[in-house]
Amino acid sequence: MRYGMAIEVNKCVGCADCVVACQIENNVPMGYSRDWIMEHVTGTYPVLNMHFESQRCNHCDDTPCVRTCPTGASHVIEGGIVKVAQDDCIGCGACIEACPYDARYFHPDGYVDKCTFCDHRVEEGLDPACVSVCPTTCMHFGDLDNPDSEISKLINSRENFTLIPEAGTAPQIFYLK
Amino acid sequence: MKEYILDTTRDIHGLYPHVHIWGFPIAAYLFLGGLAAGILLFATLYYLKGKADDMPFTVKIAPIFTFIIIMLGLMLLVFDLHHKLYVFKLFMTFRIESPMSWGAWTLVGVSIFSLLWPLSYIDDIEKYLHDRGWRRLDVVTKFIRDLEHNWLIPRFLIISFRKYRTFFAYILLILSIILGIYTGILLSAFNAHPLWNNPILGPLFLTSGISTGSAFVMWLSNNKKERRLMSNIDMALIAIELFFIIHMVMGLQAGPEAFKLAGSLFLGGPFTVTFWILFVGFGLILPFVLEAFELKGYHIPPALPALLVLIGGFLFRIIMVQAGQVSEYPFIH
Repeated sequence: MRYGMAIEVNKCVGCADCVVACQIENNVPMGYSRDWIMEHVTGTYPVLNMHFESQRCNHCDDTPCVRTCPTGASHVIEGGIVKVAQDDCIGCGACIEACPYDARYFHPDGYVDKCTFCDHRVEEGLDPACVSVCPTTCMHFGDLDNPDSEISKLINSRENFTLIPEAGTAPQIFYLK
Repeated sequence: MKEYILDTTRDIHGLYPHVHIWGFPIAAYLFLGGLAAGILLFATLYYLKGKADDMPFTVKIAPIFTFIIIMLGLMLLVFDLHHKLYVFKLFMTFRIESPMSWGAWTLVGVSIFSLLWPLSYIDDIEKYLHDRGWRRLDVVTKFIRDLEHNWLIPRFLIISFRKYRTFFAYILLILSIILGIYTGILLSAFNAHPLWNNPILGPLFLTSGISTGSAFVMWLSNNKKERRLMSNIDMALIAIELFFIIHMVMGLQAGPEAFKLAGSLFLGGPFTVTFWILFVGFGLILPFVLEAFELKGYHIPPALPALLVLIGGFLFRIIMVQAGQVSEYPFIH
């Protein structure tokens, strides 16, 4: 079992519904967000190309955040989901510094907070909140280990990229071109 | 009715435009850790070389300050935590992969030994103070004597420390080197920040820490021989530091794009002036020149190069902590 996500950047319109859904589902405090939209523009005027990327924790295979955590509060649960145990977190910020995607933040209560792939929903067989609300269905969630899953087929059949692969973290969110 | 105002931007405090969660306290802590490591390194090294009586300030007096320095550093560290009440969790586990974890454990060892070291020298310290007409601290020395005579555990600790001082000196020597290197490795463990992710940072921070330690001894010692020796050592350390710095910048420039961008922070970027002029110029080269002139026989107050080295060392940590957080992997796709 290895959970991952595939996001079709050409279908994404940047509505930020995923961001809002996450904030409501996970009771994210005001002014914070576990996922966010990045607008990506390339080219020279007037020949410009733009796409949106819904970004979040990449639930990497090689997790620098878990490695640098001095208390073991940052940990990986079944399915490769990276989580933070609030009661073990001392709020030192090492994992925030270690993440090349800036996917973690200090919760106002002191501990470090981040995307959990909505593991409480995934347990029940549901998609994460962000995926379930996407109006363009550009996001796909599933098991990367299963070659017959929808997400595996999408990743195998379409050109895709990951974010900052050169940081060596083996990110598990794939952006389909 | 409940009203929600939703924020869809990524304008989280301390995260954008780049991570800025570590500031002055962490830089100060790294400086104090390096300084304590430097002082203890000289104290244990010269004790093991049998020079305890030739260099009384280095071996017996200077370590008094290390416990205070380390406690100050630890206070800053805890002050910087966001989940302060959970700090004990740091000592409920040991994680070999996390430099912060073994650094925390090293600090425990160093702070215990750095307290016992001067306590075991209480007679010499009292004599040193009396020789200089300082009787105001007699209350403290009397208290420590009381502790040693009337309390079982302190008595046992101090007496056994005195008895096996050579053994503990070896341990403290190793611990102080680990502490000095750790202040650098703590930063170099973060591969998300190319400027930090640099194996030279460990030796560089260790050298800088020992250099500040020698400057501290040079500044406060009033033994001319000791001062002269520390001045010599400091010059050698500054030369090594300069070599490491050039090595670091060259290495960054020869690296992939993210590392080139990190190096450019010091080569024309926003940290150029502070790094090369304030730190390298006034914190390394100027004290080196002043120390060289002093050795030639010119009269230069020893406090001047020593303070320059200490301020330079502090500035170096501030620059590295700030610049490191600015340096990130660019999104290229």
